[in-house]
Amino acid sequence: MPQIFAYIVHKAGIADDTAAELLATAATIDPAGSPIAIAVGWGADFEAVCTALRASYKEVWKIANETLAYPNAELVRQALAKILPPGSIVLIPNDHFGIDLAPGLSIKLNAAYASDVLAIEETEGQKLKLVRQEFGGAVSAHVRCDIASGAVITVRPGAFKSRETRAADGTVIDKSAEIGTLSTRRRYLETIIPEAGAVDITKHNVLVSIGRGIQEKENVAIAEELAEALGAAVSCSRPVVDAKWLEKSRQVGSSGKTVKPKVYLACGISGAFQHLAGLKGNPFIVAINKNPKAPIFQVADVGIVDDLLEFLPELTTKVREMRGVSAK
Amino acid sequence: MKFWLGQWKHPRYKTAGIIHVLVFAGFILLASRAFGLILGISDHLVLPDRLGRAYDIVRDYATTVVFCCMVFAAIRRIVFRPARYAVPRKFGKGHPADAIFLLALIAILMLADSLYAASKAAFLAQQNQPTEFLALLSLPWVFKYLLSTASLTSLQDLHLGAYFAHDVTFFFLLCYRPFGIQFHVETSLFTVFFAKLDRGTVKPVRWGVPDTQLDQVNSFGVKTFEDFTWKHILDFYSCADCGRCSDNCPANAAGRPLSPRFLTIKARDYAFQHFPVFAKSHNSQSLVGNIYSEDEVWSCTTCGACEEECPLLVEYIDKIVDLRRGLIDQGNVPQSLQKPLKALESRGNPYGKMEKKRADWAKAKDFQQLCDVKLLDGKVTADTLYFVDSITSYDDRIQSIGRATARILSDIDDNFGILGSQEKDSGHEVRRFGEELLFMALRDQNIQAIKASGARRIVTADPHALNALKRDYKDLPPVEHISQTIAREVRRGNIRFSKVEDSSKVYAYHDPCYLGRHNQIYDDPRSVIDAIPGLSRVEMRRCKDRSFCCGGGGLMLFYEPKEDERMGVKRVRMAAEAGANVIVTACPFCMVNIEDAIKVAGLEGKMSVIDLAELVDQQMVRHEPATVSSQHPQRIAHREWTLEPTTVRGG
Amino acid sequence: MEILVCARRVPDTSENEIQLNSAGNDIERDDLVYSINEADNYAVEEALQIVSRVGGSVTVVTVGGEDDEEILRREMAMGATHGVLITDDAFLGSDGRGIATILAALVKKGTYELILTGIQAEDGGAQVGGMLAAMLDYPFASLVNSIEVLEGRKLKVSREIEGGNKEMNEIELPCVLSIQTGINEPRYVGMKGIRQVASIPIPTFGANDLGLDPSLVGAVAARVKRIDYFVPAVGKGAEMLEGSREENIEKLVELVTAKGGLN
Repeated sequence: MPQIFAYIVHKAGIADDTAAELLATAATIDPAGSPIAIAVGWGADFEAVCTALRASYKEVWKIANETLAYPNAELVRQALAKILPPGSIVLIPNDHFGIDLAPGLSIKLNAAYASDVLAIEETEGQKLKLVRQEFGGAVSAHVRCDIASGAVITVRPGAFKSRETRAADGTVIDKSAEIGTLSTRRRYLETIIPEAGAVDITKHNVLVSIGRGIQEKENVAIAEELAEALGAAVSCSRPVVDAKWLEKSRQVGSSGKTVKPKVYLACGISGAFQHLAGLKGNPFIVAINKNPKAPIFQVADVGIVDDLLEFLPELTTKVREMRGVSAK
Repeated sequence: MKFWLGQWKHPRYKTAGIIHVLVFAGFILLASRAFGLILGISDHLVLPDRLGRAYDIVRDYATTVVFCCMVFAAIRRIVFRPARYAVPRKFGKGHPADAIFLLALIAILMLADSLYAASKAAFLAQQNQPTEFLALLSLPWVFKYLLSTASLTSLQDLHLGAYFAHDVTFFFLLCYRPFGIQFHVETSLFTVFFAKLDRGTVKPVRWGVPDTQLDQVNSFGVKTFEDFTWKHILDFYSCADCGRCSDNCPANAAGRPLSPRFLTIKARDYAFQHFPVFAKSHNSQSLVGNIYSEDEVWSCTTCGACEEECPLLVEYIDKIVDLRRGLIDQGNVPQSLQKPLKALESRGNPYGKMEKKRADWAKAKDFQQLCDVKLLDGKVTADTLYFVDSITSYDDRIQSIGRATARILSDIDDNFGILGSQEKDSGHEVRRFGEELLFMALRDQNIQAIKASGARRIVTADPHALNALKRDYKDLPPVEHISQTIAREVRRGNIRFSKVEDSSKVYAYHDPCYLGRHNQIYDDPRSVIDAIPGLSRVEMRRCKDRSFCCGGGGLMLFYEPKEDERMGVKRVRMAAEAGANVIVTACPFCMVNIEDAIKVAGLEGKMSVIDLAELVDQQMVRHEPATVSSQHPQRIAHREWTLEPTTVRGG
Repeated sequence: MEILVCARRVPDTSENEIQLNSAGNDIERDDLVYSINEADNYAVEEALQIVSRVGGSVTVVTVGGEDDEEILRREMAMGATHGVLITDDAFLGSDGRGIATILAALVKKGTYELILTGIQAEDGGAQVGGMLAAMLDYPFASLVNSIEVLEGRKLKVSREIEGGNKEMNEIELPCVLSIQTGINEPRYVGMKGIRQVASIPIPTFGANDLGLDPSLVGAVAARVKRIDYFVPAVGKGAEMLEGSREENIEKLVELVTAKGGLN
């Protein structure tokens, strides 16, 4: 079994949840093996991440380079291509960075490539049997991946649950010197943060979230009334923003905001994984949807099959009643 | 004749209408004499004695009446300011001064005319010579009295002065005419005469180019001013800027950017600017993006209210369709419309649902036991085809209209069927949204399927389909709407109704645009409703040919307009105003819009809506099967039904 | 600017119900309608807009068979200058790397400054763009949602990252970009346009024309192969409230309050 490497995504001195998830992924491929964490960056924050990783990974390869202060996939790819031994298996979280980095990396390493993997069912010698989705999640597929000359695998965040492990007491190995100079024809300029809307959904404990099921702009008011009654905020999924019924700052999802509310009311949201990717912290999820087969019912805690355009107003009335009573 | 000479449309707005009718009549009467005066031929109209006298009397009164009308009109404009004359800021400045100026000019003409006659009469009277007869209490008569003591010289001066004043004013007006709304006086005859007779359908992409040769036409639709037909350009010059069209336009009332009046006036102003009388015309600019906005063009529901009101029979729907054709040609289509259009192309319906599921509505288990709907696929044929169309086939709510219609048909007539998966969208809105070639593809597929079905008559519950099959398609068997079918059977006594359960409910019938205004079917649906015992019905403020569009059908359901208040909401409020709590419609799109509007207006529980077919299905008295084993309710004896001719609107 | 857009013909998810077939090993393909992958269409529109600003031409290429020609025609009706079909039996069964290898061979035969792909195909792995760039040794950026042409053979592109933020990058030509949906509003392609391009000849290239060694592509070389399609057995899922609406509301309010939802 080739060595498995886990690429660590980190921000502001803290490793992303996927760092722990990739440990679990590695374990399904090679239960006996010991994956190596590989992290790139620069500065005190980065040092802190590497140190912290010792608790879960036996070995942490650290690549510190000033050009890598901001993770530019073009540069990271170069660095990894120089460092990683041929035939390795590299696990990378499938986020906006992974999409940028991984395909090209598989070519540079002459490794097989599988993306957005949800599960690894079998390892038979030089082949892995993986599970992916196609057609926007409508169907799943079993895929056989030949890892004879290694593999680059991007893993869907949240698909593998991180497990409790004994403290690894690992070591950090500094590989910074081995990468030499890096150059690229793609230069990072800056990150533009969209204007903050009046409402910051990341700060709310309760969110009334609407999806395509709200059907039209006028109906957004129904959600707003419920949110008001609950002391909550209105958030939404991507289609609502694309249709311009709410601003981008209200979007929950992989290309929107990440939220950690206590209670999340998903109204008329089908449950596409890109949306769910923005929900962290294990909230209490209530799903209201006309379609009993909507994928959201798989992940929700409580489900109600009903027309949200009729359900929400009645819920609002009830909540108002209740609060009127308790306010006494 | 009815519209031009008879001024048929004018009295739809009572005050202005009557004023105009009077002025028009006066103008006709006076015109002949005025020419005589100008050319210096004679003082009087050259007519044999008696007739000449009679004419003189009439003439005097005409002058008076016209003068009074001018004064009244001016007061109305200045003091009362009817809303429809107002020009919202976004459309530019209004021309109220222009209107008053015009009224003043005509008043001056009348005054000059009267003074001319009066001064002469007074002159002659003072000299004790025979004067011409001046009608009692007419303006000249009044002036004659006022002038009876004037000196002879001043009378002579006045006489000459009046003559010159009249001449100058007349010629000034003559030259001023083409530059404003008064041009309609000259062009109206032609505008009305050349107005399209075949109103229900849309003009071809290019007159004279048959469908098969359309590939040779490079540019579809209207992109620049020059692309308009000569008749449409004549319309622009003829518009009297009266505002009746926009006053009745439901899109305008809803706050959408569309105003038919300004569609014309902006084009007219463009013409003045770019095609002056002298000097060369400027290069053509694209209309949309300059004088028109895209939203303006897409906002129209083609309801026809504007065309119905216009006293000059100015055509609007064709112009909008041509503008849309131009936009489609350039690929300039709102994203919200692109999806349904693509779905229509690949699946034959705007929802993108599979063809094989088109007849699923008829296969719902408990329904199928009540009513077996035949699928006419070429091997199975029937006399009557029920053309269902897309929304009734696929929309969960609207399918019940399909089932009600099918049940009614099966009770009346054994021999009917539907096309099922062979049926494509009628393409009615596809055409009116400018995708002519896609419409033709849908039409040709439908015609083929209809011919294969062997049907000798077609019935539909969808007025848009009705209009398409009847007017856009050619060479089809006769088509009628289910309300006509039911009305006929009611008249024959074949359909009887049971009493309404709740007699406190008040019903109001909403005329769908494509059943009422475009196809003139107003009475049949009403007679059906009135045949239900114990049912009280009221008419809404705007009904029959003045019905207020529900919001539009077909592709319009997908378009996201910028508006202040939905058309459907306005309509629902009209029903409430009329004292109704149930709205009856006869169109699936009206159903969708009104049901939605009831919720948006917050009238749930206080107002409900039902389709005519659903109402009939609900109230129809059916004979129970004699034996338990019989699956179908005993049908009313099969009758041959003939279609009664419907009147087609003529000029 | 010479722009190459790599497109793919896929089952149209918006107008199809994707379901397993009765054998359970593929999706039911009988009644499917196909069209160009949505993200690829956005890429073509973007290319057309760039060319209208700075001049040049747009070539759309697809790897497939006769059936795939229709998307080339549609994009040409939209305004693309050229359509190219790459077809050869040897290419059947290619995985993402195989497709990228084929496309790289085409790029080497031309002088394209900018290569665009859609971010991901309905049945794809969001990989061809990145792989192609690595094979050609061109710089690459994914999830691009805006492109600005700069002086000196450079582009300023923004990438869509989390939180709706935009990562601004400057990238040198020639380069490869994979385009995110929503970057623009694609123009409408009407039936008239499609009819007009219906008989334009579309050049085809096979393995020989591209100088490709067949052992590097096709099923032979594929390291990743789909075995089957399936629908996973549903897990426990949510606790469904089955009462009347009133009852559901009562229960829901109880639960939400218990979880701290009513502040």
